[in-house]
Amino acid sequence: MPAVSKGDGMRGLAVFISDIRNCKSKEAEIKRINKELANIRSKFKGDKALDGYSKKKYVCKLLFIFLLGHDIDFGHMEAVNLLSSNKYTEKQIGYLFISVLVNSNSELIRLINNAIKNDLSSRNPTFMCLALHCIANVGSREMAEAFASEIPRILVAGDTMDSVKQSAALCLLRLYKTSPDLVLMGEWTSRVVHLLNDQHMGVVTAAISLITCLSQKNPDEFKTCVSLAVSRLSRIVSSASTDLQDYTYYFVPAPWLSCKLLRLLQCYPPPEDGAVKGRLVECLETILNKAQEPPKSKKVQHSNAKNAILFEAISLIIHYDSEPNLLVRACNQLGQFLQHRETNLRYLALESMCTLASSEFSHEAVKTHIETVINALKTERDVSVRQRAADLLYAMCDRSNAKQIVAEMLSYLETADYSIREEMVLKVAILAEKYAVDYSWYVDTILNLIRIAGDYVSEEVWYRVIQIVINRDDVQGYAAKTVFEALQAPACHENMVKVGGYILGEFGNLIAGDPRSSPLVQFNLLHSKFHLCSVPTRALLLSAYIKFINLFPETKATIQEVLRCDSQIRNSDVELQQRAVEYLKLSSIASTDVLATVLEEMPPFPERESSILAKLKKKKGPGAVSVTELEDNKREGGELNGGGDRGPDTAAMAASNASTPSPSADLLGIRSAAPVGAPPASTGSLLVDVFSEAGPAAPSAAVNDDGFLRFVCKNNGVLFENQLLQIGIKSEYRQNLGRMYLFYGNKTSVQFASFTTTVSCPGDLQSHILFVPLCSETKPSNRITQWKAITSSLSP
Amino acid sequence: MQFMLLFSRQGKLRLQKWYVPLSDKERKKISRDLVQTILARKPKMCSFLEWRDLKIVYKRYASLYFCCAVEDQDNELITLEIIHRYVELLDKYFGSVCELDIIFNFEKAYFILDEFLLGGEAQETSKKNVLKAIEQADLLQEVSQTPKIFT
Repeated sequence: MPAVSKGDGMRGLAVFISDIRNCKSKEAEIKRINKELANIRSKFKGDKALDGYSKKKYVCKLLFIFLLGHDIDFGHMEAVNLLSSNKYTEKQIGYLFISVLVNSNSELIRLINNAIKNDLSSRNPTFMCLALHCIANVGSREMAEAFASEIPRILVAGDTMDSVKQSAALCLLRLYKTSPDLVLMGEWTSRVVHLLNDQHMGVVTAAISLITCLSQKNPDEFKTCVSLAVSRLSRIVSSASTDLQDYTYYFVPAPWLSCKLLRLLQCYPPPEDGAVKGRLVECLETILNKAQEPPKSKKVQHSNAKNAILFEAISLIIHYDSEPNLLVRACNQLGQFLQHRETNLRYLALESMCTLASSEFSHEAVKTHIETVINALKTERDVSVRQRAADLLYAMCDRSNAKQIVAEMLSYLETADYSIREEMVLKVAILAEKYAVDYSWYVDTILNLIRIAGDYVSEEVWYRVIQIVINRDDVQGYAAKTVFEALQAPACHENMVKVGGYILGEFGNLIAGDPRSSPLVQFNLLHSKFHLCSVPTRALLLSAYIKFINLFPETKATIQEVLRCDSQIRNSDVELQQRAVEYLKLSSIASTDVLATVLEEMPPFPERESSILAKLKKKKGPGAVSVTELEDNKREGGELNGGGDRGPDTAAMAASNASTPSPSADLLGIRSAAPVGAPPASTGSLLVDVFSEAGPAAPSAAVNDDGFLRFVCKNNGVLFENQLLQIGIKSEYRQNLGRMYLFYGNKTSVQFASFTTTVSCPGDLQSHILFVPLCSETKPSNRITQWKAITSSLSP
Repeated sequence: MQFMLLFSRQGKLRLQKWYVPLSDKERKKISRDLVQTILARKPKMCSFLEWRDLKIVYKRYASLYFCCAVEDQDNELITLEIIHRYVELLDKYFGSVCELDIIFNFEKAYFILDEFLLGGEAQETSKKNVLKAIEQADLLQEVSQTPKIFT
């Protein structure tokens, strides 16, 4: 219908809008708008007082201009004036303007609040509704302060009209969301819960949103709502389609209300009362049954409404996670939807199944659909549906289908959307690690990952594969061989070079016997990629070269040539230059013994939480990784630490520490980042530390360089940790006084005797620190003891 | 619901209702980005997508896109029906509503929306009741327009 508006017309507005629409260009539009703005400005400033109608018209025009996207810096006063008018339409426009153009001008807010207060106490339901709508639309803290006590009273008062109650409920909800501390339910709680029994369905619909939100924050206070909700729900579900009259939507009884009731029930665990629980289970079964019945209408609205209730019911079943029968039925229903004609339903089914996969009762049932899901991954045209399928595969992965799923995900990755690749890479890496029975498969998978999506393979992923290869003897040879072959590909991703360089540097000797991968061949292969790589990779390669000199003395001359050449020792990058110079010197002057000790094989890494998991958690938010976490808790630890023999280094360390050690731990000054001395049992380990700092930062087992800097901002945490000792720090500061607690944890199963600590404080800090040892010298095994340092400085 | 946007196929915003406090700048940015994202989608794709950390539910009616942003735990299908109910309300009020009606009577579109949804939640799901409330308001309007000769 064309541009005739109902009611009063406001012709001027319609003309203005037409003008704007007829403007042929942006400039013309701006010109017209400025003209109008000038006109309105002059009218507002003019001598004649404007009548209500004109004011309304101009304020409406300003609103229109604002909604087009231009800024409006006047008209607020006039809008506020309109609020106090007795004419409904004028009030309405005034409120609309205020709601849309919220202003933090305190003067105006006071006036607005006054007008609202008047309308709220006017006993005129339409005015009251207008006021409540405005509060709900704006929901600012000032409004909360002014009205938070008034609105609950209106909500539960006997003489409030139903429409006002509805608005009051949702208005209160909005205020609660923005300023929860100002909305005190206290005395109103039971009356609000009682609204669930109201005979007006609209009131129930509105109230239930409020109750749901309040229940989430104060479950105990509102728990009486559960039984009321269940009875309401069962009444609706079992009603014939004619019972609820206007609340029936395309033959579905009260779909919005049903969904809200089911949502409310998800805030609570399953009801303890047997009768209530029984009724609820009956309800859920009815809903599941109805899904199997032929539809009462062909319209998509009917099926949407019906399925909305179904999906919400399934969410509830999943949330309870206690009725195996219902869970399996839910799973089957979702399985049917997986192949539905409608894309929406397939999408939602995939999404719901993800949550279902984490429940132990239905995990097996979910797995039966693996073929369908894989098919969806391959054939769906909508990328968001494909992504859901990938998520579901991740969720349903376990030992029995890990290989299949990882293979599918890898092939999906080859054609996946760029925006989701990084997440996919992380997921594949996590799955490969968790379900690897045969670690050579794991190594293959990660190398494939790098090959397919090298750009998106973050550092955490390839650090992890190196950590694992180092920790597991049995896969080292395989890793060396595979990496060697991978590097021979003509176009090789830089991450592959990094991994290859590191692994060949450590374990190249395992494949050096074969003439095709002799030391010189390995070196040439790595060096051929050298000039293609970025600085950090080159640094890593240089470290690999010096390791080669140690492993394969026959390559010494060749490698020294390379190190000696100008492009290395005079390289503009400080790191590369330093390494080249130092390695060159080291290789020339160190005897073979020293060299061997220095470039000892890396010791196994301590087990710690996978940084990949942490990264995935960060990317997706806390909810997404709960599945894997659940499984992490279930799995046996120690999969990382390979058994078997380690290099001579660790044996020496272990031996020397069984006798009386005196690891004198030099404490840092509070701000310096000097590395703490490791137990001096062998010079080797100390130097290894130094080298490990030079290498990729993460695999360092001992020193956390950046960790120290952390403590500039952070008060608590682990200061230092190695296999013997853990030092934690807890500090508190108040103005110029500080107190620092140091906790020493003995991680071995033997006692430390003669344990001493010394604090070395740089310079003038000395005078300010009072060091108080809190307990004795002997440290029993596996215990944590405490030392205290109090610092005071002259300035805060 | 966090917000609802109505926009044309050229990307012009016809209605914007925000249920969360956001600065003007943020609103403009969100509108621009989201409109682009949705306009880029092909017709047969599903009505839901994940965007930033929200779920977006959208549907096209003739030349207008109706787009809602809901939170993670909200029910997508019922939101789709909220959109449909709103369109029904507009349709009943204007009589075969079209985009022009919403352009020229934008304030009415907001008023109707406020009667149906408040604070992002459905407050009255009976079509009859919502329309009754709007009609009552219109009646008041006519009353207030009594010609001045009687005063």
